Amino acid sequence: MSKKRHVVAAVDEVPPGSRKHLNLAGREIALFNLGGEFFALGDKCPHESGSLCAGKIVGLAEADTPGHYRLSRDGEFVKCPWHGWEFDIRTGQSWCDPTRTRARAYETAVAAGETLVKGPYVADTYPVRVEENYIVIDV
Amino acid sequence: MNAPLVDTSVSQRLGIVDCDIHPTQRSVADLFPYLSEHWREHSKSIGPHIRQGLAAMQAYPRMMAAGQRADAYPAHGGPPGSDLDLMRRQHLDPAGVETGMLVALSKGGMEERNPDYATALAHAVNDWQLHDWVRKEPRLRAGVVVPQEDPAFAAREIRERSLEPAFRQVILSPRSIEPLGRRRYWPIYEAAAECGLTLGLHPAANGANPSTGGGWPTYYMQEHYAFGTNMQSNLVSMVFEGVFERFPRLKVALIESGFTWIPAMCWRMDRHWARMRHEVPHLKRPPSEYIREHVWFATQPIEEPENAAHLPEIIDWIGWDRLLFSTDYPHWDYDDPKYCIRFRMTEQQRSQLFRDNARALYGLT
Repeated sequence: MSKKRHVVAAVDEVPPGSRKHLNLAGREIALFNLGGEFFALGDKCPHESGSLCAGKIVGLAEADTPGHYRLSRDGEFVKCPWHGWEFDIRTGQSWCDPTRTRARAYETAVAAGETLVKGPYVADTYPVRVEENYIVIDV
Repeated sequence: MNAPLVDTSVSQRLGIVDCDIHPTQRSVADLFPYLSEHWREHSKSIGPHIRQGLAAMQAYPRMMAAGQRADAYPAHGGPPGSDLDLMRRQHLDPAGVETGMLVALSKGGMEERNPDYATALAHAVNDWQLHDWVRKEPRLRAGVVVPQEDPAFAAREIRERSLEPAFRQVILSPRSIEPLGRRRYWPIYEAAAECGLTLGLHPAANGANPSTGGGWPTYYMQEHYAFGTNMQSNLVSMVFEGVFERFPRLKVALIESGFTWIPAMCWRMDRHWARMRHEVPHLKRPPSEYIREHVWFATQPIEEPENAAHLPEIIDWIGWDRLLFSTDYPHWDYDDPKYCIRFRMTEQQRSQLFRDNARALYGLT
């Protein structure tokens, strides 16, 4: 089945550090703005299907040896609101079980309103204005 | 072996019995309609004195939203578990819960040190469960909360509540002053057995003694693990002190403590009994037989071995008729019935685990 381009939000609507819940073609999707870049994950934790969109944005607590702690990659992970599984917002990869567990990741892009209105992909559910930029996802 | 591995339609086809749901007061004021003027004033001006300092705090800070599902906070305020409509929408309806067994923790008096306040709270929480929950939602059943260190009052409360069919079990904390097999608690067991109410043991956040035999743990992860070892000590105590010999009709459900440890513990107890039983001549049978006959186990938080197929092998040892499905809604370690069982079962085993065992144990119709 071919993918369809969905216009999901104006760029300004999802500022850095925030997230937005989407339902595209029957799929629940969590959209995140990580430092100005947009990433989309399936809104279902692969463990027991908690909503990642309701999770906290966190960094990694690390220690080389007991008593020496540091926080790294602050704001780059989302933590499932149920059991606390952490996923890399960029890739959907699980931090605690990276080889077997991964949240579904979707491609996102930012497109100018002008191209969307003119181009082959006409937004079906979202009003698009020529002068703004929009977040788009192919599902 | 053609049963589906993860069956997301389970709750549509099979109503489930959830054996661990936690209702919570928005604040102690929810209990005021059921407390005397004296205890209302006490609650307002003095407040609780549970068995720890800094009584308004958790003994161990928890990694997730104060120990709750982070998505279970009601939009209009109050703690998770305090809003019946949200519970219906978020849990009872989508999970296909046919019957939900309430386990009212916290203000029920099980952890309160002031003995008279404890009895007032327990009685009030039982009224509150009945009027604010079960009478409003016919899928729910209550558990009699008792101040277990006052067994005489507890036994009276059990006998009184047993007349109301909404109450299907008695809730005890395994964080008791003495191990639960000790005779000081026997009036509670006598009343429960006489009334046909199951004894549900559920871990409490606070207790009279350290949560581990080695003393107070450091991290919440250790505290959470101790739910299991704490339950083991109490089960061993009940068996060897002769509780089941004295009360042959007593039934016990261990809630939120795991179950994979049961076979190993039974093998060890039976071997000890075979060699040293002259110390406990009141036991007439191998210890494992008392457990097999009197004890049920709730599934959550279900153990998650790398190879999920190991779990049904362990259940074969325990008995498929002894597991009770539970979710622990709305706590952080909630188990979703659609996803948490990752091993194959026959249709009969599935019905037993999700519904029939609990129906039979609690006399649900």
